[in-house]
Amino acid sequence: MSARRIIQRLLFLVLVVWAASTITFFIPRLSPKNPIRERFAQLARTGGFSPGDLEKIIASMNTKFGLDKPLLQQYTEYIGSIARFDLGVSLNQFPKTVWDLIAESLPWTITLLLVTTVLSFVLGNLLGAVAAWPRAPSWLRAIATPFVLLQGVPPVLLALFLLFFIAFRLKLLPLGSAYSTGRIPDWSFSFILDVARHQILPALSLIFGTVGGWVLSMRGMGVTIQGEDYVNFAEHKGLSGYTIFRNYYLRNALLPQVTGLALALGNVVVSGIVVEQFFGLPGLGQVLFAAIQSNDFLVIYGIVLFITIAVASLMVLVELLYPLLDPRIREA
Amino acid sequence: MNPVLQVIDLQVSYYTDTGRAIALNGVTLALSAGEKLGLVGESGSGKSTMALAMMRMIKPPGRIEGGQVIVGDTDLTKLSNDDMLKARLSKIAYIPQGAMNSLNPVMRIGDQMADAIRAHDPKADKFAVEDRCVGALESVDLKPSVYKMYAHELSGGMKQRVCIAIGILLKPQVIIADEPTSALDVVTQRQVMETIDRVQKQIGAAVILIGHDMGLMAQFVDKVAVMYAGRLAEMSTVRQMFTTPAHPYAQALISSLPSLDNKGVFQGIPGLAPSLLRLPSGCAFHPRCPHAMDVCTTKRPELETLDDGRRVACHLYPEKA
Repeated sequence: MSARRIIQRLLFLVLVVWAASTITFFIPRLSPKNPIRERFAQLARTGGFSPGDLEKIIASMNTKFGLDKPLLQQYTEYIGSIARFDLGVSLNQFPKTVWDLIAESLPWTITLLLVTTVLSFVLGNLLGAVAAWPRAPSWLRAIATPFVLLQGVPPVLLALFLLFFIAFRLKLLPLGSAYSTGRIPDWSFSFILDVARHQILPALSLIFGTVGGWVLSMRGMGVTIQGEDYVNFAEHKGLSGYTIFRNYYLRNALLPQVTGLALALGNVVVSGIVVEQFFGLPGLGQVLFAAIQSNDFLVIYGIVLFITIAVASLMVLVELLYPLLDPRIREA
Repeated sequence: MNPVLQVIDLQVSYYTDTGRAIALNGVTLALSAGEKLGLVGESGSGKSTMALAMMRMIKPPGRIEGGQVIVGDTDLTKLSNDDMLKARLSKIAYIPQGAMNSLNPVMRIGDQMADAIRAHDPKADKFAVEDRCVGALESVDLKPSVYKMYAHELSGGMKQRVCIAIGILLKPQVIIADEPTSALDVVTQRQVMETIDRVQKQIGAAVILIGHDMGLMAQFVDKVAVMYAGRLAEMSTVRQMFTTPAHPYAQALISSLPSLDNKGVFQGIPGLAPSLLRLPSGCAFHPRCPHAMDVCTTKRPELETLDDGRRVACHLYPEKA
C-alpha cells in the first residue's frame, strides 16, 4: 500500500467528517424552532418563570451558545470547534461537556459492540464456510441452518424474547442494567463477573440477530470459491483437506466478507444502540435517548456526529487493512 | 521395457438424475518411462474423466466402478485415502487445464510450492524446501524471484510454467497434462510444450497429454490414443496415426484436419457424439461409421493389437487367432 493511497484515504475521511458535521449543523437549523426556547418553554410549563425573565434567559443563553450570531459565523465557529474536537456542552447536565458524556458511556458500547461484532463475524463466516464445504460432516454443516432462520428476526425482538424466557421466566440471568443494584464499580473479579452476566443477553440478541447474515453470504461465496481451479489444483497437489480449507478456500472466500464487515458497521451501531437502551445499559444509546427525551440538542448532534465519524474511521481502517489480506489490491 | 503406468479395464460412471452415464468403459493402456502419449477425442469422450480417475479425483455423483491404475508397482485404486493424498504429486502429478486460475491469488508462489512439498514431507527443512522450489522454477525457465511473487504478477505462460514446476516438484513417475496450453497464444504454447518435454526428460516420467490440438500432438508425443464415447478406439504411434489411421473414427478425425496440401472444403464427421446415458449397442461409433457392418450393431469390438503394433477396436480388422 503506497503512502499516497493512505494519504488519499485519510483526506477522504476528513471530507466525510466535514460533510457529516455540515449536515448535523444545518439540519436542526432548517427547523424554525430554537432549541433553547423549546427547552425553557418546556421548563416554563412546569411553572416558576415569569415570561419576561424567560425571554432574558433565552437571550443570554442564545448569546452564550452563539445562536444570535449570523448563520455563516456560527457555521465557521462550529467547524472550528469540531476541528478542535470540541462538541460543546450538555444543556441538560451543564457544565458537563458532550465529550464527558461520551467518555462515560463509550466503554460500555465499545465493549458490547466489539465483542458481539467480532464473535458474530467469526462464528457466521466459519459456519457459512463449513456449510458450503462438501467434505465437512453433515451435522456440522447443519448447524448453520437455525442461525439463518434467526436472521429474519430483528435483534430487538430477539432481546424481548430472551428477556422474557431466560431472565423473566427462568430467572437464569439478570433482567437488565449494567450491574447488580447496590454494587460499587471497581476492578474486582467478582464485579467483572457480575458485569459479564448482565452483558450475556444483550450480546446474545445482537449475535443471534446478525450471525445468519454472515452465514448466508459466506455460504454463497464458499460455493463459488470451491469450484475455482486453484482449489481443485490444491487437491491434485495432495494437500490435506484442512490445508485446502484454510489457505485456499477460506482465505479467498473471506475477502468480500471483510468488505461486507465495513459496510455492516453502520447497522451494527444502530441495532447496538437500540438493544442497549432495551437492556438499560449505560452506553451511548442511553445517553442519546435521554438527550432526545430532554431536547438536549448539542448532545444529540454530538453523539450523532461522533458515531458518524467513528463508523467512517473504522471503514477507512478496514480499507487500509484490506491489502494485507489481498495482495492484488496492494499496487492498485 | 517395464511399463511405469498401467491402466487396466478402468470403469467410471456418473449417476445423474436421468440415469447412469458411462464415462469410461473398460480403458486399458500402458506407458513406459519417458514415453509421451497424446489422448485425443471430442468433448465428452472421457479424456478428462480419465485424468481425474487416474488421480482418484472423481467426485460424486461420479464413481470409479472397476479397474486398476498401477504406477510403478503401486495400485492406486487399492490405496487408502491418506495414502492416495501422498501418492498425488509424488507418484502421479497433474498439470491443470486453465492454468490462468490454478494458482491461489492470495498466496505467494513459493508458499504454494512449499505446502505441496510439506504435505508429503512434513519434517522438511525450510531452506531445503526453498532450494527445491527455486530449482523447480529454474528448470521451467523461471527466475528465482518468482518464488516471492503472486499469481497476478505473472503472465499466462509464466503461470502455466509455475504449474509445471509444481507438477515436477516431487519427481513423479507419471505426469498428466490436461490441455496445458489452452488459453495461451501459439508462441507461448510451443514454449510451454518444450518445457514439459525437457523436464519430462530430466525426471524420466511418462507423460499423458490431453488435448484437442492435433497439430501440437503431432509435434510432441510418441503415441496417440483416440477416445470415443469412453473407450479407446485406436492407439498407435504418431506417424501411423497421422498417415494411416486404422479406426474409421480416427480416419475421420485425421481427414478433418486442415493441411497445406489438402485445400478445399473440410470434411466433418457426420452425426453427433452419442449420449453416454444411452450408448448405441455394439460399437458406439456404428451409427456414424461409413464402414458399419451387421456385426457392429450387436458386438462390441475389443482393442486388438495389429501386426504393425497398433491397437484398434474395430471389426474391420479381424481378430488374430
